[in-house]
Amino acid sequence: MKRRWTLYDPRLAWMLVAPVLLLLIFFLVLPIAVMGAYTFFTFVTAGVETSALTTANWHEFLTDSYYHGFLLKTLRVGALTALLCGVLGYFPAYFIWATTFKHKWLLLLLLIVPFWISFTIRTFSWINILGEQGVINVALLKMGIINEPLPMLYNEGAVILGMLHFLLPYMILNVYVSLESIDRTLISAARSMGCTSAQAFREVTLPLSLPGLAAGLLLCFVLAAGSYVTPQLLGSGRDALFGNLIYDTIMGELNWPMGATLSIVLFVVLGFFAAVYTRYMGMSQIVKGLGG
Amino acid sequence: MRGTRRKQEGRWAWRLTGFVTVCVYIFMFAPIVATVILSFNASMFGGFPMTGFSLQWYGKLMANEAVLAAFRTSLWIALVTAIVTTAIGVTTAFALVRFDFRGKQALSTLVILPALVPETILGVGLLVLIKAVDQPRTMLLLVLGHILLAVPYVVLIAQARMIGIRRVYEEAALSLGASRFSSFREITLPLLIPAVVGGALLAFTISFDNTSASLFWRPAGVETMPTQILSMLKISISPEINALGTVMILVTVGIPLIGGLILQSLTKLRRRGEPKEETQ
Repeated sequence: MKRRWTLYDPRLAWMLVAPVLLLLIFFLVLPIAVMGAYTFFTFVTAGVETSALTTANWHEFLTDSYYHGFLLKTLRVGALTALLCGVLGYFPAYFIWATTFKHKWLLLLLLIVPFWISFTIRTFSWINILGEQGVINVALLKMGIINEPLPMLYNEGAVILGMLHFLLPYMILNVYVSLESIDRTLISAARSMGCTSAQAFREVTLPLSLPGLAAGLLLCFVLAAGSYVTPQLLGSGRDALFGNLIYDTIMGELNWPMGATLSIVLFVVLGFFAAVYTRYMGMSQIVKGLGG
Repeated sequence: MRGTRRKQEGRWAWRLTGFVTVCVYIFMFAPIVATVILSFNASMFGGFPMTGFSLQWYGKLMANEAVLAAFRTSLWIALVTAIVTTAIGVTTAFALVRFDFRGKQALSTLVILPALVPETILGVGLLVLIKAVDQPRTMLLLVLGHILLAVPYVVLIAQARMIGIRRVYEEAALSLGASRFSSFREITLPLLIPAVVGGALLAFTISFDNTSASLFWRPAGVETMPTQILSMLKISISPEINALGTVMILVTVGIPLIGGLILQSLTKLRRRGEPKEETQ
């Protein structure tokens, strides 16, 4: 016997979410599952592999210190970038929240504008600042402070700078969203009880904004550690990160099983950090930060 | 005495905050401004110093067939992505907010994953799947991939707006005999318009900007705008690239700004036309 359709029938809900659900299954869940299976395939020669199951790829990854070095460097660069974002991003977020400036919306809009500008362009534009013919070198040469252009590009510092540049808006918005949800009367209450403004900040504002800061740190860390374009454009070969390693393994060496193994490693490692985060903070803060 | 010193400290802390804020804003926009300025440089080399004002690089750009082709490709992909993502994203948000069904929580987590999983992993995953079932990389694949990347943002934006729309409006229309579809079209959709436009614009820019995943997914021989820039950068930094960057900035910043302005004036017009009873 057929059930009658109710007003908010679950069957109708499934029909509404079907397109997105199918997309997620075929383009997200299934690929990652197949990739997991591919890590056990046998690599024959460039572009050719057989489905004879082997643990050789995992063995190679676990024993070769070349890969470990890449992984550690990637995590270090990601963590450093996230921390710098946290320190540098907190000030503007606090400023925008606390300011009595009439055109506050302009400051917020300027934070969103970088999201609209092509990431590739934002990254290569640093060459115009740091390069041999960039603003800094040309200015210093003109002033006679240096005789040779300073080599500021194509090193790890430049890579971190580029990532900082594209991740700062994420951090600032995340912290701002969480500051915005603080009940301001709490701060006036603290002040009226005799707190100095510094104490009120330390005891009330800062702790209440920590969820946003944590969400921002996680987001910046994951995005930095997964990046590919920034090390490619602003770094030298030595500054390649795990993303570049994966790309070269697959598109260069055509070693698909190893490429799949490395992708799964990155997925699991970053997933671990995200899981630790959600275990303590929950998912909602990230959702707020992404949705704006 | 101590009171004034503390006040002084507070003032200095505030000044420091303001100073860092200004520095961060300069940091974020200085490279972009430098690129725009350099695009008008008459010099043969893509760098400072400026040797004169010239539009020649824009002329060169307009004559560059590869760049124009990449631009058209990206524009099409972004348009299709924006339309499809908005349609399926809004219906998903509607279902997630209005309905209760098993697995809803899991689905709302799953739907934001594409925004959190690094693009390199998404890129490799899809390629491995395609290789496993022995299919070629096609344009359709690239577009569907872009839709996947944009879906989380559209769903989140539509969801946030949807929560603010009370369901009694729709239910009133239903009880007066409207069909499910027309109640959605006549009641819910108009109230959702800001989220629809905002989501579509964001989906457009996400697709238009996408680099890492497109490098993996594009069919052989197809270049999108960002991958074209990347391959031009491999040769050298020419002033042409600065000009291209400036055009891209105008397109991707201009479209959302104009969209926002249109939206604002539309709501103003509507407000003027109606008596003010909109607030519940």
